[in-house]
Amino acid sequence: MTAIINPAPEADITAPMPSRRRLRHQSEGGWVTYAILIVVAIVSIFPLYYVIVMASHTNAEMAQSPPPFVPNGTLWGQIKDAVGKAPLNKGLVNSFIVASCITLGTVFFCTLAGFAFGKLKFRGNNILLAICIGTMMVPPQLGVVPLFMLMSKWGMINHLQAVILPSLVTAFGVFFMRQYVMSAVPDELIEAAYIDGASTTRVFLSIVLPAVRPAMAVLGMLTFLQAWNDFFWPMMALSSQNPTIQVSFQSLRSGLFDQQSVVMAGTLYGTIPVLVVFIILGRQIVGGIMQGAVKG
Amino acid sequence: MSVTTTAPAGASSSRRRRRRPGSRIAYLYILPFFVVFAAFSVYPWIQTAWLSLHKVELSTFKRKPMEWVGFQNYVDLFHDHFFWNAFWNTISLALISTIPQLLMALGIAHLLNYKLRGRTFFRISMLLPYATSLAAATIIFTELFDPHVGFIDWVLRSVHLHAIDWQNSKWPAQIAISSIVTWRWTGYNALIYLAGLQAVDQQLYEAAAIDGAGRWKQFRYITLPSLRPTIIFTIVISTIGALQLFGEPKLYQPLAQPSGGSDNQYQTLSLLMYQQGFSYGHLGQASAIAWTMFVFIVLAVAVNLFLSRNRDAKGVR
Repeated sequence: MTAIINPAPEADITAPMPSRRRLRHQSEGGWVTYAILIVVAIVSIFPLYYVIVMASHTNAEMAQSPPPFVPNGTLWGQIKDAVGKAPLNKGLVNSFIVASCITLGTVFFCTLAGFAFGKLKFRGNNILLAICIGTMMVPPQLGVVPLFMLMSKWGMINHLQAVILPSLVTAFGVFFMRQYVMSAVPDELIEAAYIDGASTTRVFLSIVLPAVRPAMAVLGMLTFLQAWNDFFWPMMALSSQNPTIQVSFQSLRSGLFDQQSVVMAGTLYGTIPVLVVFIILGRQIVGGIMQGAVKG
Repeated sequence: MSVTTTAPAGASSSRRRRRRPGSRIAYLYILPFFVVFAAFSVYPWIQTAWLSLHKVELSTFKRKPMEWVGFQNYVDLFHDHFFWNAFWNTISLALISTIPQLLMALGIAHLLNYKLRGRTFFRISMLLPYATSLAAATIIFTELFDPHVGFIDWVLRSVHLHAIDWQNSKWPAQIAISSIVTWRWTGYNALIYLAGLQAVDQQLYEAAAIDGAGRWKQFRYITLPSLRPTIIFTIVISTIGALQLFGEPKLYQPLAQPSGGSDNQYQTLSLLMYQQGFSYGHLGQASAIAWTMFVFIVLAVAVNLFLSRNRDAKGVR
């Protein structure tokens, strides 16, 4: 915990994998290493692959011994069936709206606050930062009852604002951006800008923003993924009339649980967008998580 | 005399002021964060405590003022055997979903730290489960564990083991739910450990090797101590996550009910809170569960930190 409150000397986090790391003490991995890692990779990928298989076979076909291992052409029909029976398209659109708004808000507000905490001197900055970080780990359960009452008094239950508003900022984001601003923007540069008569807003827009773009991208990816996958509060605030994709999954599960092929086809349909994005941005996300870890 | 001494001081302070004119505007920069944070985090946390001292019903809270009951919600809670059931389920699920997960993650990180061909492939494939949402992962695993069409039962049968009732019996159901958590988070934690491993000073290993320390001794006396802060961090984060398990046990049940199985055999505190508050409509009671849970999580984290510190004191020789 102290490591979080008193961050260690700044390391350069611009490069996902600093070059020093290439000079590892360990030698080449042996075949046992590869064997184990391949098993781990298979265990990680297999359930996702098997969704495709399950989605294209009926319950009776899946109950055979041995069960099928390859998908077949009925997959499309099953997906259509699932899309017709559960609000998946609406869920995907809503999830996209929700996750985009949350990501934009979090990245913008957290960069602002991170800059203030990292580079500006003001009364109470340490206390405010400590409050922000100290509450990073409070479980969402602690607030949901009043949050639900508040949202329903405001008439927002079943509207996307109910999910977007509370998530517009995260303490993690502020902390993450503060660390990055501190390491990526030299004090001298800011001082020089002030001497040239720049205002703080000018400094933020012209010096800080361009310099912290890589960290904003990392924070954006992590926030988007988290917002997209969030289940607890969206499930309470929304219903199957206006769901996010995760809430649609719940109606899929509870409404059609005896038809595994339709349930699997719907799950596949709702999961593919984020998996595609993940495969495209995988390297960056891996780098981002490892940076976040070094910071933590 | 006094003029000459004050003048430079005044000049330097004005220069300092010029260097940092942004002290007032700083509040403007942190304002959006603290407004949202106060309205949707701090206020609800405190309000939960206040509500937990009242009788508040979901059906009437908009019309009727709430009724003060003191600590009655807590007294009821501690006399409720559903609470103790959920309490112990939460602990057992947390233990079986975090301990194997973190140990495996440590081992995998150690392997990933070797020079590898295709290391990007390994890293990305290990993180795919993390990208899969909790809801999707749970639904997929529920089908894999299904007694009729599930792949896992086929594997068990093909090695001549008995079929297991993953849904209605207690420990198998808890193990199945823990396996979802483990599947989703092991790769993530492995990457976090890997980041920690890569920050270890290379020269320590060289020095140890010169002193004749083998691989295991290097792992024990260099890798583990250097990873200590990271390990403690992941233990704390995983403990917090595992003690608030909600979506996995909820969606694991066929109708996605919050009862946590036919016999509440995998009902967690989170599920119980949801059931009390939103199925039965007792918001005050649900608030009491929420605060009890929070205090419990804080205590669990404190115990973890205490134990790891103690281990440290013993470990230093």
